[in-house]
Amino acid sequence: MNINLTLIGQMIAFAIFVWFCTKYVWPPISNALHERQKKIADGLDAASRANRDLELAQERADETLRESKGQAAEILEQAHKRSNQMIEEARDTARQEGERMIANAQSEIEQEINRAKEELRAQVARLAIEGAERILESSIDEKKHRELVDKLATEL
Amino acid sequence: MAGNNPTSAEYIQHHLQNLTFGYHPENGWSIAHSATDAVEMGFWAIHLDTMGWSLAMGTLFIWLFRKVGKKATTGVPGKLQNAIEMVFEFVEGTVRDAFHAKNYLVAPIALTLFVWIFLMNTLKLVPIDLLPGVFAELGVDYMKIVPTTDPNATMGMALGVFFLIIFYSIKVKGIGGFAKELSFTPFNHWLLIPFNLVMEIISLLVKPLSLGLRLFGNMFAGEVIFILIALLPFWISWTLNVPWAIFHILIITLQAFIFTVLTVVYLQGAHDKH
Repeated sequence: MNINLTLIGQMIAFAIFVWFCTKYVWPPISNALHERQKKIADGLDAASRANRDLELAQERADETLRESKGQAAEILEQAHKRSNQMIEEARDTARQEGERMIANAQSEIEQEINRAKEELRAQVARLAIEGAERILESSIDEKKHRELVDKLATEL
Repeated sequence: MAGNNPTSAEYIQHHLQNLTFGYHPENGWSIAHSATDAVEMGFWAIHLDTMGWSLAMGTLFIWLFRKVGKKATTGVPGKLQNAIEMVFEFVEGTVRDAFHAKNYLVAPIALTLFVWIFLMNTLKLVPIDLLPGVFAELGVDYMKIVPTTDPNATMGMALGVFFLIIFYSIKVKGIGGFAKELSFTPFNHWLLIPFNLVMEIISLLVKPLSLGLRLFGNMFAGEVIFILIALLPFWISWTLNVPWAIFHILIITLQAFIFTVLTVVYLQGAHDKH
């Protein structure tokens, strides 16, 4: 426990270590720490900014979704209306076509009937004249009685 | 307990003796072989163990912190870097709280003192017979491994701080300002200048003395207790040894911290202008 040169030695060691620390130890650690502090602060800033952006985007997305839902409903309704209309139209057209076809057929049938009637009438007239000729043995003047027979034929 | 069953008193004295190299009046430059040899060497001697271990611890501090500092990433730090940064920020925060003048040297001084003293104190947790035993096997008689139990080491650092206080007092206030501060505080009257001078010079001198002796006293007392505990039979000594060592983890850190904070406070005082 004697006080001796060790005292001076320790003082010199102290000075040397302080010098070393100031020159080689303090600056790099201090720089690294402060740089990291800045980095973290920047990061936090960026994060909060991103959060705000995210909120805005969410809101926008919600709005767009709502809008498009409305649009879709509208479109759907229109389509329904349109399809109903088309069905209605098609039904009308079909009915008209059917009616037209029925009318055509009926008029054709009538024509056929008329033609057949004409033919029958002509044949009846000829048969009647022939029968009368045979009965009267050509005593009938063809020209004279022709008118009479035709009249008869139309009355049939 | 090296060798031929020494008495308790011998054992204690042996453990409290530094390995001294110096100029002996009879043997010339040599290593002291006994406590009386060491005393006879007077001032021109050096404690090889104190110097060696304190330099080793200081170098360990510089090496470790330099290594981490060189590789320090600004990204996610590793475990070692994290630990070093914790110490660094602790010291930086302490300095920021206690020191308000502009001096970029104070924080590195505080860091050096804190880590260096902490490492030197930590040597005390090494079992007290382990390293002296190893060195005794190697033929070295004395080995007191804790530098802070040597008043030379603690007073050396305290005197270093003392010179820094004087240096910055003069640098900041000028010689006139410093002399004026010594003469006119605490009583601002020319009649009381001698009284003030005596008071201020005593308070100035007490600063390094209290700084060095506090650290020395705490560490030395702890060491003596460890030695006394070691005198107990081996099967019982751990019951006292272990709690004392655990308690000393606190003392070690606390004393390093007190030395550092007081240094910072004294240096702040040196920068204060009244």
